[in-house]
Order: sequence, then structure tokens, then C-alpha cells
Amino acid sequence: MTRRQRRLYTIIGAMTLLSAAVGLVLFAARDTLVYFYSPSEVAQKHLPPDRNFRIGGLVEEGSVVRHPDGTNIDFAVTDLKTRIMVRYTSLLPDMFREGKGVIAEGKMNADGTFTASSVLAKHDENYMPPEVADALKKSGRWKETGAPSPAPGGTTQ
Amino acid sequence: MIIELGHFALVLAFVLALAQASLPLIGAARGNLALMALARPAAFGQLFFLIGAFAALMHAFVTSDFSVLVVVSNSHAAKPMLYKIAGLWGNHEGSLLLWVLILALFGAAVAGVGHNLPAPLRARVLSVQAMIACGFLSFMLATSNPFARLIPPPLDGQGLNPLLQDPGLAFHPPFLYLGYVGFSMAFSFAVAALIEGRVDPAWARWVRPWTLAAWCFLTIGIAMGSWWAYYELGWGGWWFWDPVENASLMPWLAGTALLHSSIVVEKRDALKSWTVLLAILTFSLSLLGTFIVRSGVLSSVHAFATDPARGIFILVFLVLVIGGSLTLYAVRAPSLKGGGIFAPISREAALVLNNWLLATACATVLLGTLYPLLMDALSGGTAKVTVGAPYYNATFAPLMIPLLLTMALGPLMGWKRGDLAGVLSRLRFALGVSIIGMLAVWYFHSGGPVLAVFGIGLGLWLIFGALTDLAERIRLFRVPFAASLARAAGLPRASWGAMLAHGGVGIAVLGITASTAWTAEKIILMQPGDEAEVSGYVYHFVHAEQGPGQNYTALRGTFEVSHNGAPLVTLQPEARSYPVPPMDTTEAAIYPMLSGDLFAAIGNPQGDKGWSARLYFRPLQSWIWAGAILMALGGVISLSDRRHRVGAPRSAAIHHALEAPTAAPAE
Repeated sequence: MTRRQRRLYTIIGAMTLLSAAVGLVLFAARDTLVYFYSPSEVAQKHLPPDRNFRIGGLVEEGSVVRHPDGTNIDFAVTDLKTRIMVRYTSLLPDMFREGKGVIAEGKMNADGTFTASSVLAKHDENYMPPEVADALKKSGRWKETGAPSPAPGGTTQ
Repeated sequence: MIIELGHFALVLAFVLALAQASLPLIGAARGNLALMALARPAAFGQLFFLIGAFAALMHAFVTSDFSVLVVVSNSHAAKPMLYKIAGLWGNHEGSLLLWVLILALFGAAVAGVGHNLPAPLRARVLSVQAMIACGFLSFMLATSNPFARLIPPPLDGQGLNPLLQDPGLAFHPPFLYLGYVGFSMAFSFAVAALIEGRVDPAWARWVRPWTLAAWCFLTIGIAMGSWWAYYELGWGGWWFWDPVENASLMPWLAGTALLHSSIVVEKRDALKSWTVLLAILTFSLSLLGTFIVRSGVLSSVHAFATDPARGIFILVFLVLVIGGSLTLYAVRAPSLKGGGIFAPISREAALVLNNWLLATACATVLLGTLYPLLMDALSGGTAKVTVGAPYYNATFAPLMIPLLLTMALGPLMGWKRGDLAGVLSRLRFALGVSIIGMLAVWYFHSGGPVLAVFGIGLGLWLIFGALTDLAERIRLFRVPFAASLARAAGLPRASWGAMLAHGGVGIAVLGITASTAWTAEKIILMQPGDEAEVSGYVYHFVHAEQGPGQNYTALRGTFEVSHNGAPLVTLQPEARSYPVPPMDTTEAAIYPMLSGDLFAAIGNPQGDKGWSARLYFRPLQSWIWAGAILMALGGVISLSDRRHRVGAPRSAAIHHALEAPTAAPAE
């Protein structure tokens, strides 16, 4: 095989692989990207019930209701302007607290409530997920005094 | 005083690095031996001063000197000694100091053992090493000084994040950094070779051991991190496709590709410019990884805003290193003529395929990691996107399948021109075992996810493929057994290493598949005396009680686990509360078995309804880490090959004479 042939094979092979990869990425991007919305944006946008997305804000004080079966939990996520009721059926992370930042991933129900498939809270008392801080800023309720700095350590579910 | 000395040592190291980055390079260009010879003492001096600076900061951490800012924000007098020490690299400033120290260590290693490197190449390599050091040292001195004082000193520190107070994580950053920084050697050699315009097998022989060593460290570092996530985050997952994890996976993928392509340069004198490019890319990804983790860019673009100087410095540095080296590559690469020619079916071609697949997989991870950042920047902060596991399952996993399928073929293929039919017929036993394994899994799990059944087949294919490779090399069952043993003893260690590493991948694939597909979990509320059954294991909840720990209080639950009526083990998971900084953590109790892990975690009491408990059975879980350890072990054994110990060849003739008696038939 000559050098020229080898180059041809190389180019054909690389192009095939590259187009396969691009195809995979485009295919994946269609339905695996998870968007983040604040409660106010959720209220405005009327998202379709089969779309998976994240909402974030503060856990409203006094809103957490634990059902007697032990694992069903209802709570409200608020950006201090709009509140969305969230239902979650599993154990909440250690750092889940009323009045603290939270991110929930899941889908909207027809009645305007949200069913979470996972709930994330950062493992630090003062940490505010940046998306939540942004959501609060957008709703005009951000207080600089409470602005904490991001801490090391990963987000945990 | 010691702190000021440390700061001063850091400045001196910077000055030395400046000299080392410029003078030997000029010397190499002009053929001035005196200037070239400067590189060596400068490298040793740099290491000396950085050890001094590191020791000074260590002293501050160990003695809890709260007049130093990083100690205040990352340590606490009541912390166990191990975590006082680990606190040094548990923060931005300290971890940078560890980074440059390791960089200097590698530089000094080249200066120390590189007698037989041609003088201009050594001078240039050390100069490039010093340029990287200059970047990091000026970044530290200008924006992230670990020796900054806090006057007046507070009475006590703010403590280290309790999640990081864990033996697994205490050693995780040093290993990761040994890996990241180890790739700087390949980078320096690549840039030096580009400046010289010459890449030959001797060059590859020099680059390979450094790359291999870095790869081993990185493999162990990643495994430690994932193990930590598994038992410390209390969620039972071991890989979350988190940006921080991806940051370490990308250099690993590129480094794995580099490891394999440098074999082709060494043995066949081909793929030169691609290998040089990979060396540049691998280290660039390591740099990106370091900054992603430490600057917090990815968790928030706004982290840049908290200290714009840092953000801009990082961007400029990345642009200079990556842009500069790629420009040099663009100018010089066309002059790197490839040597050996090979057929589309050959060991070289198999390695090329391996490289393409690894590089493409790495690119999909890079895209997924940076995409949220791009979206945020392009939309002006209105579109926030998360890229999670579903994306990687749809892009990364399909690219891994052909890689793993062909992985068993490559080592059996001949150089230059391979015989695919012959290789496949030799692998018929491995193929048979995989098919039987898949059928068995299909039968016992009555169906089960098709992909998982396929994954088990892939794992078996790799393990038995590696064993076939061994059997072929020692001509097992074709010559008398004693002769096979003698052949096995004579096999080059590099061959043993490759087989172990490939088999390790197979074991890890089995673990990943089984634990992902067949994990059984129960998340329930339990009262003392309650029992719960998970995959045939009965968890009996005895009691939960509050108790003190070393620097925390803990709720400790006691579960007695039995299997088929026979008591097996007592698990005691904890939910810990740390006072400084105030935080709760979950310490899962894990009982690893060959067949799978028993995993229990306990949560806080839910009123009078009992305690929340997470109980898992995760089949073949520990095989994931066993596989990673085997991979690293394979690397270490390969590293001890006499070819590497002998060092760079002075002339090809001497080397061939040395290698001939041990050369394997397939080589």
C-alpha cells in the first residue's frame, strides 16, 4: 500500500468516525439536555408535561409536608415571587433544609405541580447553588448580605 | 518568619524558573554548551526552593498557625493530624503549590537521570518544563499567594469541608496531580521535538515511561475519587459525570491514546505527528482540568467575577500554552515524515483505530462538559442547561463498544500486515466464552436489559482475549508445559503489563455493567426490630444511637445482615454532624464481597416514624476498582520492563542487541 492510499484510508476512516460522533451528539442533544428554570419562569412558560427539566430556588419555610408512608414528601420551591409545589418520593439529601437553596429535577404535572425524580442540595450550610442565586436575582429578591461564596466539594444528590 | 521564608523561596523558585525557561533554550539554538548546562542546576534549585516553600506551608498547617489566611479558611485546631496535612491541598492556593512542587520534581527527575539524552534535547525539555512552572508560579504570586497573612489572627480556623475529611480523599489530589503533571513531561518532550524538528523511536522511548507513569497515577487517582464518591456521598453511585470528574477523565482518555500511539512511534517509526499532537492535547486537557476544578468556572461562570484577575490570568495562560504549542505544531508538524507503512489490517491500524475512538470519546466528554458554559455565555445568562448521564450514555458509551470489541484483537495482530481471519480463529475460545456467558446471564436474569447482557459479553471477551494473548505467546498446550512456563518467564514485562491492563479493563467492564444494571435498592423508614430484604439479603435494624466522634457527633445505626438464614455481617452506617464548618455527612457502611457490595446508609429520624435507611445490594461493585487497580498494576509492570530501565538507547545497534533475546514471537 502506498503512502497516498494510506492517507486516503486514514481520511475516510476519520471522517466516518467523526460523522458518527457528530450524529450521536446531535441525537443526544435532542432529548438529554436538561434546562434550568426558576419558579417564575416555569409559571410563565407552560412547559409540556413530558419535558424533563430542573427548577431551583429556596425551600419555602413551613412548606415541607412528610406523608405518613414515610417516603412521600411535598415541599414548595420559591424564588420569593412564585412558588411551585414539588412532590418527591425518596429520601432527601442531608443538606435539605427549609429556607435553604435546592434544585429539583423532574417533570410538570397537568395541575401545575412538579414531580421530582431527584433533589440536589449542596453539602454546605451557606452555599447557594449559582443557578438559585441567579433565579433569586432575577426575581429581585437577592440580598447581597446573604451572598455566600461557592465552597469546594461536589454537588450531591 | 517561616511563612515569609516560604514566600521568599517561592519567589526564588520563580526567578530560577525564568532563567531555566530562557537561557538553555538560547544555548540550544546557538549550540552554546555552557548555557545548555544551566538547565540542570536550575531544575535542582527550583525543586529545592519549592520543597522549602511547601515545607513552610506544611509547618503552618501542622502547627495550626492562624495568622496565615489559607490555614484559617481550611483548617481547625481540633482536626485530626491527617486532615491538617491534607488541608494543605484541599484548597486553591495550597493545591497550586503541590502542583508546582510535583512539576519541579518531574523536571529534576529529567535533569537527574537524563545523562544519555542529547544535550540540546535535554536543555529544551527542561526549558519547556520551566515555562510551565513560570506560568503557575506567577499565577500564584500575583493572584493566589498561599503565604498571605491574616492580621490580626483569629482564635481558630474555619475548618476543612468535612466531606474532604476522609482518608480516600486525603490522597486523591496528590495522585491526580502526579498524573496531570506527569503528562507535562510528554508535553515538554513534544514541544522540544517540534523545536528541533525531529521525532524518532529514541524520542518515543523517552516519552513512553513518563507517560506510562503519569497514566498509572491518574488511573489510581480517578479510582480513588470514584471510590470516595461511592462511600462518602451516601448515594451509592460511583460516577456522576460531574464536570469535576470529567476534568480528570479527559486527560486519562487522551493519555491512554498517547500511550498506545507512542508504541507505534517506538516500534515502527510511524504516527509521529499524531503522537506529538496527542502529547500536546493530553497536557492541555490536564491544565484545563486543573483550572476547571480549582476555579469553579463550571459550577458557575460567575466564580470568575469574584476575582476577575484570576479568571483573566487563567484564560491568558491557557491560550498561551495551548495556542502557542498548537501554532508551533502547525508550523513544524509537516516536516515530521512518517516512516513505517502499514496495511489497513495490522497492529498499527488497530492502534490507530484505538486512538481515533479514544480521541472522539474524549471530544464528546469535552463538549458535554463545556456545553453548559457555552450556552450560558452565548445566551447572556438566560439559558441554563445541565448535561447529565443521559447525554454520556448516548454518546460516550456507543463509542466505547467498538473500542472494547477491537481491543482484544489488536495485541494478536501482526505489525505491518495482519491476518484478521487468523486472529479471529485464535480468539474463538474467547468468543465462545462470551457467548455462553451472555446466554447464561440472559437465562438467569430472565431477560434483563439487552445492553447489560452485551456488556457482560464484552467484559468476558476482553478477559479471555487477554488470556488468549498470553496462551499464544507462551504456546500453551502446543509445546510441553515446562516449555510454556519457560516462555512465560521470558516474556517481556511490557507484554505482561499490557495483558494485565487489558484484562483489568474487562473486569472493570463486568463490574460497571452488573452494578449499573442489577443493583437492588430499598429506601424505607425503619423502626428498631424491623427487617428488610434486598436481593436475598435480610437487613435487621437493631438500633440507632447518638454518640461522639473525633471532631463530630454521629448517629450510628446497627444493621445485622443475614443471607439464607445465616448471619453474615453487622453494618454500622453513620450520619455525622460536624460543628466546624457546620455540616452533615453520611458515612455509609459497606461490606464488599466478590459477588457484590452490601451497602447501608442511615438518615435522620423522621419524627416517631423511625429512621430513614437506604439499603443496597450492588453486584460486582468492587470489580470496578479491582479492574482499575489491575490497569495501574499493568502499567507499573510495563514500566519495569528492562527496555525502560536501560534508558534511552545511545545507538539503535546496542539496543537491538539488548532486546533481541527477550523479543516475543508476535513482536
